[in-house]
Amino acid sequence: MQTLNQALFIFFAVLAVASAILMVTRRNIVHGAVFLITTLLSTAGIFLLLQAEFLFIVQVILYVGGIMVLFVFVIMLVNLDVSMRQVQFNRQWFVAGALALVLAGQFLFAIWVGRGALRLPAMASEISPKNTEAVADALFSHYMLPFEIASILLLVAMIGAVVMAKRRAG
Amino acid sequence: MGHLIPPSIMPFVLPVLYAVVIVAVLPLLAGYIVLMERKVMADMQARLGPMRVGPHGLLQPIADAVKLLLKEDIIPDKADRLMFWFAPLVSVTMALLAYSALAIGPAFQIADLNIGLLFILAISSLGIYGIVLGGWASNSHYSLLGALRSAAQLVSYETAAGLGLISVLLLAGSLSMKDIVQAQLDQGVWFGFSVPFGFFIYLVGSIAETNRAPFDLPEAESELVAGYMTEYSGFRWSLYFLAEYANMIIVAGIATTLFLGGWLRPGARYHEHIPGTGIEWLDALPALLTLGVALYSLKLAPTQPVKIQKIVMVLVAVLCLGVACVLAGALFAPPAVMQGIHGAFWFMAKVFAYIYAFLWIRFTFPRYRFDQLMRLGWRFLIPLALVNVIGVGVAIVLRQQFAWGPIVSLIPTTLATLGVAMLLAKDDAPVAEAQTAAGE
Amino acid sequence: MIPVDDYLFLSLALFTIGVIGVLTRRNVIIMLMSIELILNAVNINLMVFSRMWGTVDGQVFAIFIITDAAAEAAVGLGIILAFFHNRETVLADEMDIMKW
Repeated sequence: MQTLNQALFIFFAVLAVASAILMVTRRNIVHGAVFLITTLLSTAGIFLLLQAEFLFIVQVILYVGGIMVLFVFVIMLVNLDVSMRQVQFNRQWFVAGALALVLAGQFLFAIWVGRGALRLPAMASEISPKNTEAVADALFSHYMLPFEIASILLLVAMIGAVVMAKRRAG
Repeated sequence: MGHLIPPSIMPFVLPVLYAVVIVAVLPLLAGYIVLMERKVMADMQARLGPMRVGPHGLLQPIADAVKLLLKEDIIPDKADRLMFWFAPLVSVTMALLAYSALAIGPAFQIADLNIGLLFILAISSLGIYGIVLGGWASNSHYSLLGALRSAAQLVSYETAAGLGLISVLLLAGSLSMKDIVQAQLDQGVWFGFSVPFGFFIYLVGSIAETNRAPFDLPEAESELVAGYMTEYSGFRWSLYFLAEYANMIIVAGIATTLFLGGWLRPGARYHEHIPGTGIEWLDALPALLTLGVALYSLKLAPTQPVKIQKIVMVLVAVLCLGVACVLAGALFAPPAVMQGIHGAFWFMAKVFAYIYAFLWIRFTFPRYRFDQLMRLGWRFLIPLALVNVIGVGVAIVLRQQFAWGPIVSLIPTTLATLGVAMLLAKDDAPVAEAQTAAGE
Repeated sequence: MIPVDDYLFLSLALFTIGVIGVLTRRNVIIMLMSIELILNAVNINLMVFSRMWGTVDGQVFAIFIITDAAAEAAVGLGIILAFFHNRETVLADEMDIMKW
């Protein structure tokens, strides 16, 4: 069971990182979107390894089945052919990339210094049957106010999107 | 058998067997649903339908499959080859994967997940990528328009259908397919009767999600040739086809489990025994039904025009007789085996009844226009579903506070939802008429 | 037993790729998708710490982050569509005037 988990982790991790790299480097946006979907699905697999089954479902339904469909929809509405022939990276790409790597180096250093200090507790033999209930309990009792704020955020975003679309029509 | 298989892989043997059975049977089943569709359509249009291949066209699906597999496999010149190859696979894989959580009987289930229902919804919502990417990769305007329509339609109607399902989840208090059926047994009523509006909303939503008429805009022949499938042919086309019919069975299976009592037989709480035996009256029903079909086929056999058709008709009769024998024999088997076999029978019977309703609707209603489709989804179904969910919540409080029965407590909810539905329909009618008059 | 570090390294890798994507690509849609990648990396961290402490708080925050991503995608894509209809481009460095 341990080796199976290990193998699954390596599989999902490699898949996620490889498709993330491909996503950032592809010229064709649709291919990029497909690679991002692959990354998101492998992340969902990692959530499952971490016994967060409800989040696995949220990731698949909301992220992959909702948000990414929106992305693909918009990609198909805008004209691909022109932007595919243009230069893909901006002029400051060298500076920007170097800065990103420096940032990554800092994080890497922090994790490296503290490595081995944090360990996952012994895994239960199977996924806890109460995960969905536990998340719902926390969401609707302790995190009630943030939950309501999040719903207002969604409402505002919805109105914003509608306003944006209206202006285009008028 | 136990000592032949190492104990470490023992728990995986049965699920793998089930998976193989489902993957093997599904294409055949899809083929026969197509035959059923053509026969029902013919019947409703006062025709005979396929009659040539086998008696009453019973071998038509096999002929169709052979034809499809032998066709030339065309990839358009300007198509994105990789995506063109990949998209039908996504569609069919997601359609088949969703079966892993479907409970066909109390024992016949690949995996009883705690989040079973959500898993099926999540996986089947990924099937949209097959359609969208296939439409895009074809590099054709018809395909792209079909794909875009499909994405918009699916996202809109998934919301409504999901809200329809939530009303049942509130009543069942679980996401596991098994527990939902068990809840219907405990409460003594199929949820389709206690929340009829949830069922109605899911029925409409599921038709739209599977791109069936009257919501088949993504592949509307008269407008878009064949929508996202325009550039596909041969084997790839048949993969899309298989995915569409597999999805139909999936939504029928969800509806059966959530609204029609899953594998429970009608009157599951009625335990009157045949005098002198341990057999219940109602358990004899499946065997008698299939026996009736067998006798009818035997009666028809001599009237068939050609000899080979007579032979095949007798074979059909023998097949039905065999099924009847299994169903009757199960009555004397241990209860677990009996439940498994009869559960599968009732489940399949309900699934086919639901699919029949699909076909009926398809041949009754004209196709919607795209703006009508969107208006129906967003301005009628979603508000209605929200009211229904709130009403079910109120009903549950009534049940807990005043100890009302499971049916009585939902009557006010249903009436309130009906009122809102009439209000919404009335409110919507002048807008629709004005828009039609303005030529929109 | 997989130590927490492995998950952190994975999350770091995804985060860095996302940051590089946002900072170097010209295409606005790819930049938005890179932001999704960053949020996703954060979610992995939240999930692994939630698992480590044996509570579900991290998972609840991940739900909020996914909500936020949905809102961001809706508004962001709305802006991109409006921009595309006005300027016929989706490149970030051509968005150089405040008004048109």
